Amino acid sequence: MDVVMLSRIQFAVTAAFHFIFVPLTLGLSWLVAYMEWRYVRTGDAMYLKMTKFWGKLFLINFALGVVTGLTMEFQFGMNWAEYSKYVGDIFGAPLAIEATLAFFLESTFMGVWIFGWNRITKRLHAWSITIVAFATNLSALWILLANGWMQNPVGYVLRNGRAEMVDFGALLANPYGWTKFFHTLTASYVLAAFFVMAIAAYHLVRKNNVRLFKTSFRYASYFSLVSALLVLGSGDFHGVEVAKVQPTKFAAMESHWETQQAAGYPLLIVPDPANERNAVEAVTIPRMLSMLAFHDPNATVKGLKDYRNEDRPPVTATFLSFRLMVAMGMLLILVSLVAVILSVKDRLESSAWFLKLMLYVLPIPYLGVQLGWIVAEVGRQPWAVYGVLRTSDGVSQAIEPMQVVVSLIGFTLLYGTLAAVDLYLLKKYAQNGPDENLDEIVKMTRV
Amino acid sequence: MEYQIIWFILWAVLWAVYFMLDGFDFGVAMLQPFVAKNDAERRVTLNSIGPVWDGNEVWLITAGGATFAAFPTTYALMFSYLYTALLLILFALIIRGVSLEFRGKSDSVSWKRGWDYAFVVGSFLPALLFGVAFGNIFRGLPMDATGYHGNLLSLLNPYGLLTGVLFVLLFVVHGGLYLSLRTRGDIRVRAQLLAFRLWFPLTAVAIIFLGTTAFATNLYDNYLKVPFLFVVPAVAVAALLAVGHFANRAAYGKAFIASCATIVMVTFTGVVGLFPNLIPSSIDPRYSLTIFNSSSSPYTLKIMTIVALIFVPFVIVYQIWTYRIFSERISAEDVAKDEHAY
Repeated sequence: MDVVMLSRIQFAVTAAFHFIFVPLTLGLSWLVAYMEWRYVRTGDAMYLKMTKFWGKLFLINFALGVVTGLTMEFQFGMNWAEYSKYVGDIFGAPLAIEATLAFFLESTFMGVWIFGWNRITKRLHAWSITIVAFATNLSALWILLANGWMQNPVGYVLRNGRAEMVDFGALLANPYGWTKFFHTLTASYVLAAFFVMAIAAYHLVRKNNVRLFKTSFRYASYFSLVSALLVLGSGDFHGVEVAKVQPTKFAAMESHWETQQAAGYPLLIVPDPANERNAVEAVTIPRMLSMLAFHDPNATVKGLKDYRNEDRPPVTATFLSFRLMVAMGMLLILVSLVAVILSVKDRLESSAWFLKLMLYVLPIPYLGVQLGWIVAEVGRQPWAVYGVLRTSDGVSQAIEPMQVVVSLIGFTLLYGTLAAVDLYLLKKYAQNGPDENLDEIVKMTRV
Repeated sequence: MEYQIIWFILWAVLWAVYFMLDGFDFGVAMLQPFVAKNDAERRVTLNSIGPVWDGNEVWLITAGGATFAAFPTTYALMFSYLYTALLLILFALIIRGVSLEFRGKSDSVSWKRGWDYAFVVGSFLPALLFGVAFGNIFRGLPMDATGYHGNLLSLLNPYGLLTGVLFVLLFVVHGGLYLSLRTRGDIRVRAQLLAFRLWFPLTAVAIIFLGTTAFATNLYDNYLKVPFLFVVPAVAVAALLAVGHFANRAAYGKAFIASCATIVMVTFTGVVGLFPNLIPSSIDPRYSLTIFNSSSSPYTLKIMTIVALIFVPFVIVYQIWTYRIFSERISAEDVAKDEHAY
């Protein structure tokens, strides 16, 4: 294998691994902040216990999100030096701004929150987790504006042999980046909500701390339903952006070969990329593809055959990832709805079947967000920056395949070990339930 | 002033502040086997940096991000040329961060021992390798129009290793002084003693470093051109002497401030000598990466300057605030009582 392929695999492995931890951080931080504010407002010790229980799981997860994020910043230079040289003038800015605006806030106030229980007032303490939540979400905005630029490059000119920024405002206002931000963020909230619901369900089945876990479950179910609907809505708007600026990605997502006006949407497709067609196309909803692509039933949707083979992304992987992601999203809306209904009607404890089901559903949001990134990144191929720089032209010239083989093996072993340890700790602390020595804690907490 | 020069200064400040802050985290970890004799004391060392180490590490991310945004060509070539060295730093930093968070999450003895090793090694390696990397940058990298002609072993040349040892000793003394300020009991006494004793080898290595630099690098050229600049290394030397002076008089607060100044001024000493290079070529100066031939466009630098001038002061304010909240000394008993401690 060459340096390009090895570096792509390494980037995929390290980015996918990083994104196991990030979405939970993005959503759970808000939930923990809400719980702590409930404690501050009511003084009810249950909320404190709740905050600490979910907070501990949050921290175990947060640690890996932080350390694996470091890799992402280093890798652009290490493996993608030509890319970094070519686009650094415009792409480096959002990364540097992300660190300055978001990472400092996030890390500093995380430290304050972990160690500040007995040193600062209750309100200030609740503020610190709120600031952490805000900062993690802000960092998502900047990194997605950076990724949004790779998908839909704006605000630059090609000059001095590279892409130079001429309009920072365009980079900030890139609609592709914003729709992607809302889609990613709301999907992360769904994931975090299902994390909470699954663990709460585990304890509710066993009748542990019923009031605490029922309340946790209820908060998470509302958060989940609202977010899951927003995932659908933002996904629809994001899809229009994709169709507009990345026609090859859109066509690959739908395995759409022939350019068509008023294109229909076959519910069942078996792609046959070798023959540039679909082996099976069935149950077609008329005009639906045009509707999805441009919110216009008569719009023309470009097919893959309009583009040279070397300009098309891998069709089967993009198509399958997209379909599966959508199916999972729909399923999660349904499960969230049932969760809200059972919560509101206070029928959770009598619905053991549903509680048990929640544990098995938990992998689905995790898979869903990974599939989303496969659609976004595999679908962008063969480009690193859509229409501007090919992935194969972005790789470092100074590195040898052997170096990347070694680093790839190193990452796989290190990350594999860390994942095992993290899972062990999450399981242990999730099963143990909340700390029972709470009276002590309450006494120690200064007002 | 030209934006490139502003960003050269900011670049130097970001690295200097990073070394000053994460430097004592590394130092505390490297001293752990010598100042902590049991589990409770080891927890004291972890918790002395617990609230702040993560915020300190962000200065590295920002230094990296600033290099990317302001000097993309330097970022690209530095990171790809130093691939394996940076990979080792990265792995070490990952292990260091995780060890802090995970050590206290299980009561098994072998679990704790394992993370203790990870903590020490994960701090020693970056301290050494950042020194090696900067030593090699001061020296220049073997690069020309066809690319880079070095590897991991060629980085481990005598001058690179000397700079590595200098960094390790700077951070160890720095960490010892930090522990002297943040802890109580036996651990504090041991840290005070070690910080003072290690100041002697540090001073010896620093003198050798300043002397060798005259032969191994071209850093002094700038100083000979503008002799006034000798103020920078002079302040570095004065600060280092002040560290020993104050440590000897048991004025550890002042010694720590002097140690902060030493680290910042040592970094500046190197960077002033580099100007206008970011990475000199050891083959031919024509292939050196300078702030002029590797920078972003003036427009990008202007935007980044505005962002930095608005937001970095905020960062400094709230980080100082957290250092004040967590300025109380901690002891083995405090850590045992605090369920949130590492």
